[in-house]
Amino acid sequence: MTNPERGRSLLRFAAPQNFYPLAGRLAPWFAALAVLLTAIGLWIGFFVAPTDATQGQVYRVIFIHVPAAWMSMFIYLVMAFWSAVGLIMNTRLSFVMSQALAPTGAMFCFVALWTGALWGKPTWGAYWVWDARLTSQLLLLFLYFGFIALTRAIEDPRRADRAGAIIALVGAVNVPIIYFSVQWWNTLHQGASVSLTKAPSMATTMLTGMLVMALASWAYTLAVVLWRVRPMILERERHTEWVGAELERAGKLSQTAGGRA
Amino acid sequence: MLSTFLAVLRRDLLLAWRGRADVLVTLAFFIIVVCLFPFGVGAEPNQLRAIAPGVLWVAALLACLLSLHRLFAQDYSDGTLEQLLLSSEPAALWVMAKVLAFWLSTGLPVVAVAPAMGLLLDLEQGGLPVLILSLLLGTPILALLGAVGAALTLGLRGGGMLLALLVLPLFVPVLIFGAGAVEAELSGSGAAAHLLLLGGGLAGALALAPVACAAALRISTD
Repeated sequence: MTNPERGRSLLRFAAPQNFYPLAGRLAPWFAALAVLLTAIGLWIGFFVAPTDATQGQVYRVIFIHVPAAWMSMFIYLVMAFWSAVGLIMNTRLSFVMSQALAPTGAMFCFVALWTGALWGKPTWGAYWVWDARLTSQLLLLFLYFGFIALTRAIEDPRRADRAGAIIALVGAVNVPIIYFSVQWWNTLHQGASVSLTKAPSMATTMLTGMLVMALASWAYTLAVVLWRVRPMILERERHTEWVGAELERAGKLSQTAGGRA
Repeated sequence: MLSTFLAVLRRDLLLAWRGRADVLVTLAFFIIVVCLFPFGVGAEPNQLRAIAPGVLWVAALLACLLSLHRLFAQDYSDGTLEQLLLSSEPAALWVMAKVLAFWLSTGLPVVAVAPAMGLLLDLEQGGLPVLILSLLLGTPILALLGAVGAALTLGLRGGGMLLALLVLPLFVPVLIFGAGAVEAELSGSGAAAHLLLLGGGLAGALALAPVACAAALRISTD
């Protein structure tokens, strides 16, 4: 930072102008990685992993269910992290990041709930039970909805950014409280089968499949978020020179492409 | 500092007193919501007795939610809020005073009529003291958390629904421990744990919410 002209520090990507092309370059790679990892993960999940002794084939939904649930919680933390960074450092890009993350987090949250319902019917005999984990996941979905609704309802982007950041942080403080209160309230869901401290209580291939799928959802999230960030940056920086130049360049490209076709 | 706190508190209480129709509407809303449940689930006394703590708590929560938009709206539209924010007094201090006045004028009346509504649902008399205590500890938390949401949605179109979406998930732990305290007392396992947790929640909310609320007000009036 002492010599900004060299620009070697990663922090220079905090400037939207520098991040925009970087996001454009990285997004396709993460997308490709996501496709590859999903293919490998699903192959392990559906063809390599053994049939579960008690649940039969149904358990295979775990390869989507668990990574989606992990991701939905993790994305909320990342969202809160960017919100805090934005409020403390006053960096515009941080707010854009947290708003780009929210729809993906909500999507994973919904996928986890939906696959959970489909898994619950054959194993517990009900699509939905008011169990601690299901309920806290549902409340997490509402927190995502609240964040998205608030940031979309405010027209002034500066106010939207900051208001969203506050509600994300308030939510992050409350997530553990909600989780433990709901857990005390009711519990039926099986305990976590993957933990770092004790040996996992499942076959290694199952675990591998799940971890590969988790990595695939990471790659997917990164790709989608980077893609979503780009137009958001353009919209916000539309009064700057570099966006004008960028749009002109893109316009020329599409014109030549259209001329050829 | 204390004089600022007392001045804002006194002003807001006076305003609430002058507009006491609003307070009565909140109270009437609470009573009507409770009365709707027997129509919905049937007047079987055993069933009503079983759901009474939850119904009373949900109704108190909704009554708080519906009055929340009044907390800052008037001061926002007539510019008082801006003047308060410009003053050199710490914002968290007068925010706390406003929330306290709000709770005294909307939360406390609800707590006061709750036992009567409990009798209406045939709640056992032994549960009434715990019900009052849990409401006394819990409704201030609702007011404090709700104040943050009210500050964030200040002056937005569709602010009311948005406010509900923002704060209702945050109200869930309070609802669980509040209604849980009464049920625990009635089932004989003792309400101490629930009440202590509510008290802890209140202490945490008192420390954090006014600061968050002040920050939200600054953002909304920027």
